[in-house]
Amino acid sequence: MNIDLFFQYIVAGVTYGAIYAVVAIGFNIIYNATGIINFAQGEFVMLGGMTAVTLHHFLPLYAAIIAAVVITTAVGGLIEILFIRWLRRPSVLRVIIITIGLSIIIREAAMHIWGEGVRALPYFTGTSVTSVRLGGVFISPQVLWVAGITALMVAALNIFFGHTLTGRQMRACSANQQAARLCGVNAGNMVTLSFMLSAAIGALGGCIVSPITYVQYDSGTPLAIKGFTVAILGGLGNSFAAVAAGLVLGILESFSIWVLPAAYKDVVSISVLLIILFLRPSGIFGSAETARLKEF
Amino acid sequence: MLKIRNLDSGYGRLKVLRKVSMHIAPGEIVTIIGANGAGKTTLLNTIAGLLRAREGEIIFDNRDISRLPAEKVVFLGCSLVPEGRQVFASMTVKENLLLGGYIRQRRERKGAMKAGIEKVYGLFPILMEREKQLAGTLSGGEQQMLAIGRSLMAQPRLVMMDEPSMGLAPLIVKNIFSIIVRLREEGNTVLLVEQNAKASLAIADRGYVLETGRIVLQGTSEELLMNKDVQRAYLGRDLDVEMKI
Repeated sequence: MNIDLFFQYIVAGVTYGAIYAVVAIGFNIIYNATGIINFAQGEFVMLGGMTAVTLHHFLPLYAAIIAAVVITTAVGGLIEILFIRWLRRPSVLRVIIITIGLSIIIREAAMHIWGEGVRALPYFTGTSVTSVRLGGVFISPQVLWVAGITALMVAALNIFFGHTLTGRQMRACSANQQAARLCGVNAGNMVTLSFMLSAAIGALGGCIVSPITYVQYDSGTPLAIKGFTVAILGGLGNSFAAVAAGLVLGILESFSIWVLPAAYKDVVSISVLLIILFLRPSGIFGSAETARLKEF
Repeated sequence: MLKIRNLDSGYGRLKVLRKVSMHIAPGEIVTIIGANGAGKTTLLNTIAGLLRAREGEIIFDNRDISRLPAEKVVFLGCSLVPEGRQVFASMTVKENLLLGGYIRQRRERKGAMKAGIEKVYGLFPILMEREKQLAGTLSGGEQQMLAIGRSLMAQPRLVMMDEPSMGLAPLIVKNIFSIIVRLREEGNTVLLVEQNAKASLAIADRGYVLETGRIVLQGTSEELLMNKDVQRAYLGRDLDVEMKI
């Protein structure tokens, strides 16, 4: 393998890794606020991408993306209000099964609305053949968009959860809902907010990667599996670690094509998931000490 | 300040409190003593709004709060330090305090939060040293201090404490009880629920004895301390036997 090919693999890995990270961050947000895993997270990514593609027929690209994010955010909030909020003290398992059910419903609804066709937004700058030369490698400008927007999202989220009162309240609800209520936090609203926030992030992620990865009614499920792997790999609840773990998984996958047939790409991520769950369930960046303080 | 009339409460079908009536005047320390399972925690959780009252009324400052959820009750100035501390384990000490002060930030200007934290650090200097530590890594006594500090951040007029001495070393219990006395001196009203009847009657003005969901006895602390039944059941002394000897 020559050095240029090596870097091309890295670039491909980073691109996929970034979208895995975005999905994992979505998992983390809801996990941080509620202690539950929302398995419809991949569907938010699909919805964002699909909606933006449809809206782009009438709106300029940036407006279509903003509108798609807003619509998906509303869907996320609505899902929480309709299916989760009225449950009194649901068990973690029950919520997980509900979200898996929701992911199936959203996927089937998307098939009825958009059909089975594969769609994509246009490249944000240039076309599919435009490339920027960075060192010895040619990179599609879209890759830079993906990396840049992902980095911005992570930074913004970190400020939100670490330094704003609303962000802290969301974490407080996760740590101890009853105590949070005693501090005057409306726990129900925090859960709705976390669903909206993770839907928004998923949708934005779906928009920025759709020119490269394409989007289809069922593209959410594999993303949810990969995103979940990454979230576990990094340690649930930690956004920075999710990005690092996303890049690790993306690069692993892209190099796996070199040794394994491309069809086995998913085997890599699922093997990683199993190995991590067996050997280090708190994740490679999570400490056993904080893992002990978490719900599961 | 707080008036409870004929309160019934419980979990699901299980009725725990039956026709409980009591009152607290401003500036008092009132204690509720009783054995395990008597309904002490249920009573506090119902006042705080974590549990909904079935029957009866809870009047706080001339307002019926018996149907309000917990997040509203705390806004009215009635704070609960829950049983078993319940600090936000995965957050730092300072963040715990900031969350406690949330309702104050909504009411007042920004400086109020800082002043509140200074005041809590004044009461519990150890918390200042541990400011950046995760609350889950604190010792039991420190967590109890943090739980009290967090509830004080809301500047409540009535502080309710559920078993603050639970699982703590005697020296730390003494420290925490002296803080409760100090809170009253600063104008707070305290409702203290304790299994440690001796210690709580020593600092309280009045007390109620709760037995299987009913108030069976009430009076000033002196009266309760001298009461034979209380001594036998909660203070581990039997005056009748002692007299014979």
